[in-house]
Amino acid sequence: MSWSTMLLTMGGGMLRTCAIFFLTLLFSMPLGMIVMLLRRSRIPVVQWIMKIYIAVMRGTPLMLQLLAWYFGPYYLFGWSIRGYRFTAIIIGFSMNYAAYFAEIYRAGIEAIPDGQYEAADVLGYSKAQTFFKIILPQVIKTILPAVTNEVITLVKDTSLAFALAYNEMFALAKQIAASQTSFTPYIVAGVFYFIANYVVAFVMERIEKAFDYYR
Amino acid sequence: MVLEMKGIQKSFADLSVLKDISLQVDSGEVVSIIGPSGSGKSTLLRCATFLERIDAGEIRYLGEPAATTSAQGAAEYVSAGQMRKMKQHFGLVFQQFNLFPHYSVLKNIMDAPVHVQKRPKEEVRAEAEELLKKMDLSHRADAYPCQLSGGQQQRVAIARALAMKPAILFFDEPTSALDPELTGEVLKVIRQLAEEKMTMVVVTHEMPFARAVSNRVIFMDGGVIVEQGDPEQVFGSPSQERTRQFLRNYQQ
Repeated sequence: MSWSTMLLTMGGGMLRTCAIFFLTLLFSMPLGMIVMLLRRSRIPVVQWIMKIYIAVMRGTPLMLQLLAWYFGPYYLFGWSIRGYRFTAIIIGFSMNYAAYFAEIYRAGIEAIPDGQYEAADVLGYSKAQTFFKIILPQVIKTILPAVTNEVITLVKDTSLAFALAYNEMFALAKQIAASQTSFTPYIVAGVFYFIANYVVAFVMERIEKAFDYYR
Repeated sequence: MVLEMKGIQKSFADLSVLKDISLQVDSGEVVSIIGPSGSGKSTLLRCATFLERIDAGEIRYLGEPAATTSAQGAAEYVSAGQMRKMKQHFGLVFQQFNLFPHYSVLKNIMDAPVHVQKRPKEEVRAEAEELLKKMDLSHRADAYPCQLSGGQQQRVAIARALAMKPAILFFDEPTSALDPELTGEVLKVIRQLAEEKMTMVVVTHEMPFARAVSNRVIFMDGGVIVEQGDPEQVFGSPSQERTRQFLRNYQQ
C-alpha cells in the first residue's frame, strides 16, 4: 500500500474522528449544565437520580457504555434500528462526558464566594441576572483548566468508537496495520492525536489569556 | 421613619441570635451599632437587608411592611416581587467589599442602576463619574477590583451602593478587613456622607468614629439591645455595667 492510499484512507477516518469529537462537545457541554443544575436541585429525589447517573457514568468504562447504548435496544426491547451506529456513539460519548462536565461546572459554581450572590441580591438583580451576569463569567474562568483536561481526554477517547466497528481513524489504523503488517499507521495515528491536542491546548490557552484581565 | 424593625427574633438551629430587637431609624439619622462579636449586630443588618429571614417580628421601609407577624407567631414576608422592589430602598456595604471582579470599577457602579433599575445609561454614567469623584477615585474608573487597594475597593463598593439612590445605607463592619492605615480613607467617606445627611446604620468596631459621627449609638450583647442613646451618653457615662465593661476592654 502506498503512502498516499494509506493517508487518504486514514484521512477519511480523521474526519469521522473529528465528527465524534465536535458533536460530543456540542451535546455534552450544555447537557452537563443541565445535569449540574439538577444535581444541585433542592428536591432530594432529583439530586439522588443525578448522583447515581454521575456515579454510573464515571464508574464504568466508556467502551462498555458504548456497547450498552448500541446493543441495549436490541437485547432489552428486541429493536433493531437501522443506521443507529453513529447515533449510539454520539449518545454514549455525550452522556458520559456530560457527567464529567457537570462535576467540573459544580466545582466552579461552588468556588464562587457567597458574597457575590449576596451583593447581587441586595442590588436587586434577579436570579437569572445573577447567574448569567455575575456568576457564570467567573465560573468559566475558574473551570477552564479542568475543561482543557477533559477536551484533551476526549480527543484520545474517540478511538473507543472502534468497539462499535465504526471506521474512525484509529479503527482504520488498526486494520491497515494488520493487513500490511506495518507499524506506520500507528505512528500516523499518534502524530494525529498529538497535533490535535496541541491545537486544543493552544486554543484553550488563548481563551484563558482572554480571561486574564481580572483575578 | 425610613426603617422600622419591631420585636425581631432570629435563631440559627437552636441558637437564638436576636431576641426581641426593635430599631427605628429616621431620615438623616446616623446610627452606630457596637458590641462584642457574636452579639447579633451583623445578623440584625442581614435581616434588615433580607439576606436572612426573621422568625418573628416586623420590618417596614418608609411605612410599607416587608415582614409582619400575626398573633400565631411566624413572620410572613410580602411577595418576592414586592421584596425586590423594596430592596431599592436600601444599600449594603459589606465587610469583604464583594465587588464583581470581572467588572471594571465604572461597570461595578453602573450595572445595577442600568440593568435593575432600567435607568438611562448616559444619566447613570454621569452620576457614576460624579460618585467616583466624590470617592476620590476618578482616575481608577477603568481599573478592575484586583488592581485596587482594600480601601479603594471599599470606596467603590460605597459608590456602587449609592448609585442605586437608596433611602438608607447599611455598613457591615466596613473597615474590619482593612489595614489600619487604609481605615481612615473609608471612614472619611462615611463621615462626609453623614454631613450630607445620608441615613445610615453602621456596624463598627471603630469607637472614636462611632462617637464622632453618629446621632445615636446602640450597644448590643447576647442578641439584645443593652443600651442606646446619644453617643456622648453611651460612651461618656454608660448606664449599664455590661456597656462599661465592653468599653473598658476596648480602651485597653
